[in-house]
Amino acid sequence: MQEPVSFFTGFNPNDLWFLGEAALKTLWISILSITIGSVMGCVFGWVLHESKSVAGIILAPILDVFRSVPLLIQLVLFYNFAPMVGLDLNPFLSGVVILTFYTASLVTNVARGGIESVETSMRRASRSLGLTYWQDLFHVVLPIGGRTVFPAWIGVVLGVMKDSALVSVLGYVELLKASQILITRTQEPLLILSIAGAFYFALSYPISLYASKFEKRWAK
Amino acid sequence: MFDYNFHWRPVLKSFPDLIQAGFVTLEIASLAMLLGIVIGLCLALMRINMKGPLKWFAVTWIEIARNTPALFQLFFFGFGLGAFGINLSPFTIILTGLSFNCAGYLAENFRGGFQAIPVMQINSARCLGMNSWQAYTRIVIPQVLRIVYYPITNQMVWAVLMSSLGMLVGFKELSGETQFFASKTFRVFEYFAVAAVIYYVIVKIVLGASRLLAMRLFRY
Repeated sequence: MQEPVSFFTGFNPNDLWFLGEAALKTLWISILSITIGSVMGCVFGWVLHESKSVAGIILAPILDVFRSVPLLIQLVLFYNFAPMVGLDLNPFLSGVVILTFYTASLVTNVARGGIESVETSMRRASRSLGLTYWQDLFHVVLPIGGRTVFPAWIGVVLGVMKDSALVSVLGYVELLKASQILITRTQEPLLILSIAGAFYFALSYPISLYASKFEKRWAK
Repeated sequence: MFDYNFHWRPVLKSFPDLIQAGFVTLEIASLAMLLGIVIGLCLALMRINMKGPLKWFAVTWIEIARNTPALFQLFFFGFGLGAFGINLSPFTIILTGLSFNCAGYLAENFRGGFQAIPVMQINSARCLGMNSWQAYTRIVIPQVLRIVYYPITNQMVWAVLMSSLGMLVGFKELSGETQFFASKTFRVFEYFAVAAVIYYVIVKIVLGASRLLAMRLFRY
């Protein structure tokens, strides 16, 4: 252990710390955009469900754009567009904005599916029992529909977390960018990419494991 | 406040090149999907039917493909393999990366499809004198392909969107070409806006084609 193997030259424990910090940044940008995006997505989903005509004509095509254009292009576009209208955004903020809208566009479909999975008869029953519209929405639709679409939502969360790697294009030093920086310095692409991959795997795998367990429990 | 002058002329001039690049995008996505479907089928079958190292190989492949960012996988094929002295061309990098990713995602879809087919059907086919290969290729796989038709369509859209990562490994598909022109003329926003529109059109064409194909395939 005293004599470092030649394979490890240039890579020291501090770099591991650097990568860990970058992983936290990945986690932070994902948590921020997923939280805001999910709330927005739920609202949009509810709007789409409630008013099929007005909001459907305006909102649905806009959200569709976020799903039909590569995230990479969206990021570059927004990052170059913001200064034109006088916004001075750093890479982190632009990343958060685009990732939020991207999440929202994905969650909208999930939320709408969740609301539609609750049978109309059940909602009518709850209204007949004297619940107001909002009580019905929060105490009947949310628990039942939410349970149905929870795995789909987890799928979106995992997708967004992985796609947050693209923010590195704007120069935000998250996990993948950090590994690139280290590769440039140490010339050890295989080792460092493996570590970065392990970090991503460690972030994502437990959640997907939990989701599949959850799904199995509710399938019974 | 808004003092940016749009210059669309250079974009217009290179528009034919961008359309050409759009075809390259479509081509690489289709190739990756074809490879992904074949490999994904094998992986799903290995995961269901095999024991020991083959099963673990399939499980590892699927979990890595699903739990790490596509960009990371591209970098791995691009730079990571360089450590072994394997230097792939950008085309090969993006093709292997996308196929690897698609195969992992599709394998899980196929697994769900295979599980939806009753085992009795295989037994019956074997009773009728088919061998295992015939039973799978003539009875099971056609049904599975029908079950996973819409997930495959979704995956195809994802493949088109993910092929935009080719820009980051130096492959000149639509995004790569766009970036090339953008850095030549410094008209980043205009070029990427046009690229976004082209991507949108490609995605719509893919979805429309798949709907037409579905109407043709699932008539009865």
